Amino acid sequence: MYQHNRYQKGKPQQVAVVGAGVAGLSAALTLKKQGVGVVVFEKDESPGGHLQQWHALFPDREPAAGVLDLLKQEVSEQKISLRTQTEVAAVTPSGDKFRIETSQGEQNEFDAVLLATGFQLFDAARKEEYGYGIYQRVITSAGLEQRLGHGGTGLTVNGRPPHRVAFVHCVGSRDEKVGNHYCSKVCCVTGVKQAITIKEHFPQCEVLNFYMDLRMFGTGYEELYREAQEKWGVMFIRGRVSEASQMYDGTIQLKAEDTLMGRPVRATVDWLVLLVGMEPEKRAQLWARSLGLRTGQAGFFSSPEKFLHPSLTTVNGVFTAGACTGPASIPESVSQGRAAAISVLEFLAKKDEAGK
Amino acid sequence: MNLSDHPFFVWPFVAGMAFLCIYLPAVYLKWLRKTSARDRKKISAAIFSVKTIRAIREIFSECLLHRRIFRFNPTLGYMHMSLAFGWFLLIVVGKTETMLYTRDGFNPPYLPVFFKYFYPDHIPANFKGLFFLTLMDLLLLFVLSGLTLAIFKRFKSKFLGMKKSTRHILPDRIALTFLWLIFPLRWLAESLTSGVYNAGGFFTLSSGRALASLLPAEQLLLPAWWAYSIALGGFFVALPFSRYMHIFTEAALILLKHWGVKTTQRANGYTDFEIHSCSRCGICANVCQLSADAGINHSQAVYFLRDLRYNRLQPETAENCLFCGRCSAACPVDIQVDDIRLQQRTNRANRCAPAIRRPAAQLPGTPETGGVLYFAGCMTHLTPSVKEAIRTILNRADVKFSILDEAGGICCGRPAMQAGFRQQAESIIQQTTEMILRSEASLLLVSCPICYKVFNEEYQLPIPVKHHSVFFKELAAAKPELFKNSRKRITYHDSCELGRGSGIYEEPRELLRRVAHLVPTAHEREDALCCGGSLANLAISPAQRDLITDTAYEQLIAPAPDYVVTSCPMCKKTFSKGKRDIPVVDIAEALQMALTPEEKPVRVKVGKKAEVLA
Repeated sequence: MYQHNRYQKGKPQQVAVVGAGVAGLSAALTLKKQGVGVVVFEKDESPGGHLQQWHALFPDREPAAGVLDLLKQEVSEQKISLRTQTEVAAVTPSGDKFRIETSQGEQNEFDAVLLATGFQLFDAARKEEYGYGIYQRVITSAGLEQRLGHGGTGLTVNGRPPHRVAFVHCVGSRDEKVGNHYCSKVCCVTGVKQAITIKEHFPQCEVLNFYMDLRMFGTGYEELYREAQEKWGVMFIRGRVSEASQMYDGTIQLKAEDTLMGRPVRATVDWLVLLVGMEPEKRAQLWARSLGLRTGQAGFFSSPEKFLHPSLTTVNGVFTAGACTGPASIPESVSQGRAAAISVLEFLAKKDEAGK
Repeated sequence: MNLSDHPFFVWPFVAGMAFLCIYLPAVYLKWLRKTSARDRKKISAAIFSVKTIRAIREIFSECLLHRRIFRFNPTLGYMHMSLAFGWFLLIVVGKTETMLYTRDGFNPPYLPVFFKYFYPDHIPANFKGLFFLTLMDLLLLFVLSGLTLAIFKRFKSKFLGMKKSTRHILPDRIALTFLWLIFPLRWLAESLTSGVYNAGGFFTLSSGRALASLLPAEQLLLPAWWAYSIALGGFFVALPFSRYMHIFTEAALILLKHWGVKTTQRANGYTDFEIHSCSRCGICANVCQLSADAGINHSQAVYFLRDLRYNRLQPETAENCLFCGRCSAACPVDIQVDDIRLQQRTNRANRCAPAIRRPAAQLPGTPETGGVLYFAGCMTHLTPSVKEAIRTILNRADVKFSILDEAGGICCGRPAMQAGFRQQAESIIQQTTEMILRSEASLLLVSCPICYKVFNEEYQLPIPVKHHSVFFKELAAAKPELFKNSRKRITYHDSCELGRGSGIYEEPRELLRRVAHLVPTAHEREDALCCGGSLANLAISPAQRDLITDTAYEQLIAPAPDYVVTSCPMCKKTFSKGKRDIPVVDIAEALQMALTPEEKPVRVKVGKKAEVLA
């Protein structure tokens, strides 16, 4: 399909990838291997996106660090130009190219732009009734992930293992009250995975999951859910937590309803874990506005041809991949990054053809 | 030609007036008999007292001068005043003129109305006569100017400060047509007469001369008087069945109100007076946020009262209301429409009343005789930072307190009441009252205005009830050393229940001025916007709510404050929906931020992650 070395004859065509998360890096690698010049812009100090903060990945509980290291190793082998701590301030069309201006004021022109800006975690403080940011022992799934390393020492209470931990599913997702109607899709299985890890560290600890529905859509997810119940004794209660308050000893008292039993439930827990959903990056919405990109109802980028060409946008030459198009797991983000790279290559080939 | 040969044309007027004179007293009597015996006792005790004089004064300023409408919009006020007061003066001055001329106090009622017809060639002999002739012409001009504005308003309501005019139904249109015809026809008849007889006031004579030169005035004269009489008679007959019933009923309502009659839980005769006092001026629809922001245009007070009056009320119309009270606050007739709505909800709710489980009685955490008993309520439990802020401040100020609903959810009863479940609400109130009494506290502190209003109005507690904004205002005045001024720029959001609902506007502002730099917004105090989160609306869609919330938030952040302060946990919760760049905090949190740093108070985190690894 592509003439492997065609781009190396003249000056290779240049593609800007915005965001060095798994989607951005996967796309950059694919493009680079096809001989295209790639520059990856990343606002953080190091590449990897949210993966950097994760302890282990569902469904196999594979260490996140391993996956990240492999990816980084490949990036350095391929000598991909990675511009960390560089925020993209503006993307503007300029002739048949795009001008990218960074926060440092630097300007460069590219033949195509791939947005892989990812997501931001839902700010759990917006669900004030759960007490996040008010009570010490109310944490998010991301916060828990960081406490799961080192044998779970981050969860001990005064040096003793926790007695009971509760998870609240769908925090900031499928929630009319915060204005997010969509499902964040990965939190269900994250909750199951994290519950098992707690049980692995502290077999005596009681783990409760308060859920509306459990959506075990991926390969191996349903099996993990079954394992959690049968092997680890994790309890699943169908019902939403209505409020949480802190007791004198710092424990958290929950009020909820068990909708299957038709009974109110009250439980005191050592930790309350909020499974926070995904929201579009604020920056992405700014670009959408200035570039005229279409976003869906929830504010994620959306393609005009979402079945056959999901990486396209309403602007010719601008592509998207990963969680900036909607909640996505790591393998999905990787596939999307690679798929988007193919779309970029097709676009470049056409452009090259037209230029002759 | 002897004009008195044709007195038949007065009959439409006489018949219409006779109908009104019989119909109105009959219907008012019927309504009065539907009021409670207690109300009737109140009336007979007050009827010959100074209250009646006060009522008459209000009737004069509201039914005739329309002072409240003037405050809303001067042009609109002028329009209403010129029609009401102008017509009233035409009647009074006309009667006086007739009495002076005929030297007979008991002339037939139609004589002043058709005075010009009976005495067409009357040329005043003295200054007094000339004065009346000129005055009557001036008054006619006054009324005609108002009428012009009214016609103009139908087509361009914005000119008179109204977003849109009320949509009318058939009886209104009929009455309106007659009303609009009355004064132009009077002018036509009087002018033609003046033209034919070459006598009259400055206005009718000049227009009469012009008309006589163009038209066969003599032949048109009698038909014009007939038309005028028919317009009057037709209006009088249509009046009781149209919105113009308000003309007399409003006066009756003002009397009843001054005599101490009040809207009750169940509809009675007084409700009839209230419903029929609505002139459908549409000012309520004009201030309604459902209409302005959410495109809901059928359930406003004016339409609710109209549908109720004509027995065609759909339940949804009664339900689709935020109970924010903006309509009642703006109503020039002062109709307590929220209470009437509640009556309708109670009627409906009683048909489908669920059995409610009485909450298990629990004693507050640590009952302390003589201390402060704090009731957080369900909304404060959903905004725990408010509860924690109050706890911190009370501890810091060494106030002895206990929390009534710390361990268990008990309810103040208000949501049940607003949904119309009166009986169930009373059962909750009784239960909660018992718990409060058992605590032997000396004061009940409430942080939710929704609870505060019901504690104030429905509970009969022997101890004072205070909203935390008032309590803290007094605390800060007594212990000023506890707080410092942060100089932060803030705006204040009056919640419906604390502001319009309980009349507390100044205390929170006074407290906030002590701890921050309070800047004004476009809608303050009585005119404050509702956050849209109201528990009382059982029909609105979430998307429509959001539109109301966004508009209210936008005007609160328009002066670019550092943060917005409210005194209602419900408003805070509502505003926190969606990503807000400028945070909304409760007044307790604002005060907590202003605590002097002696004892290292816990800082409130606003929208920030406070997670620290252990």
